[in-house]
Amino acid sequence: MTTTMQGQVALVTGASRGIGKAIAEQLAAQGVKVIGTATSEKGAEAISAYLGEHGEGRQLDVTDADSVAGVLAAIDETYGQLDILVNNAGITKDNLLMRLKDDDWDAVMDTNLKSVYRLSKAVMRGMMKRRSGRIINISSVVGTTGNPGQTNYCAAKAGLVGFSKALAQEIAARGITVNCVAPGFIDTDMTKSLTEDQKQAIFANIPASRLGQPEEVAAAVVFLASPGAAYITGETIHVNGGLAMV
Amino acid sequence: MSTIEERVKKIIIEQLGVKEEEVKSEASFENDLGADSLDTVELVMALEEEFETEIPDEEAEKIKTVQAAIDYVTNHAND
Repeated sequence: MTTTMQGQVALVTGASRGIGKAIAEQLAAQGVKVIGTATSEKGAEAISAYLGEHGEGRQLDVTDADSVAGVLAAIDETYGQLDILVNNAGITKDNLLMRLKDDDWDAVMDTNLKSVYRLSKAVMRGMMKRRSGRIINISSVVGTTGNPGQTNYCAAKAGLVGFSKALAQEIAARGITVNCVAPGFIDTDMTKSLTEDQKQAIFANIPASRLGQPEEVAAAVVFLASPGAAYITGETIHVNGGLAMV
Repeated sequence: MSTIEERVKKIIIEQLGVKEEEVKSEASFENDLGADSLDTVELVMALEEEFETEIPDEEAEKIKTVQAAIDYVTNHAND
């Protein structure tokens, strides 16, 4: 068994900032060639800038099958076979269910859940043929605990856990692992948009008494992507400062 | 140049890890050759590559025996 990730190729969606950026940077630090994606051209350029010689940024709309196919074909051509897929891209459209619009529900489901189906399916053939691969889906603590105002987000994030367990069972015999990392409240733009009331309520329940850092989530992702985690599949690693122990 | 039948059987032997004499025309991948559903999917993938063709899902689901695979390729192969 190789113990290094040197020379492997990883795709990290939603890598322009926050947790995705930290994941891309830490994988790059392990010698992995990283393709980070963003929805905008500007975001993709920012990723190319911080990755430097360790990879590049690319524009990708995870809700568009053609866009997904295009990026994967480009990766295949430039870097060769994909070893690691990190499904990190996600959005929130919070509202109480009684006020939630169909569009808000659909957008969160499509970006946060269906995108993972789309991307995982698209990389399956290559990973099956090589009898190796890592798929890591970024879920959330609220997929387990729930959170008022986030029925759509919680449903999608819980959906990722079920998806990962099912796919893990389908392809474990082919040397491919599928796992989730479920962050708690992490210091990112996404949690900055929480209301002060929401934050206070959450803080009171975090034994670590602080927000987590994106790097602390990325460390769990790098572990799951590493050769040492080959026997872990269908699992969810919670990174939440003790907020929820499951 | 091998015949289509020989090439199909060679792929089945490689993919499913079975012996040549087991690969009879009427043999079912799942019932006779010990394949599970994922093995069958991989077998179709291998056939697609060998014969440079794309087998639609609804057709792939019908390829359950050695003969069905040979018939499909015979009717659809590019070469």
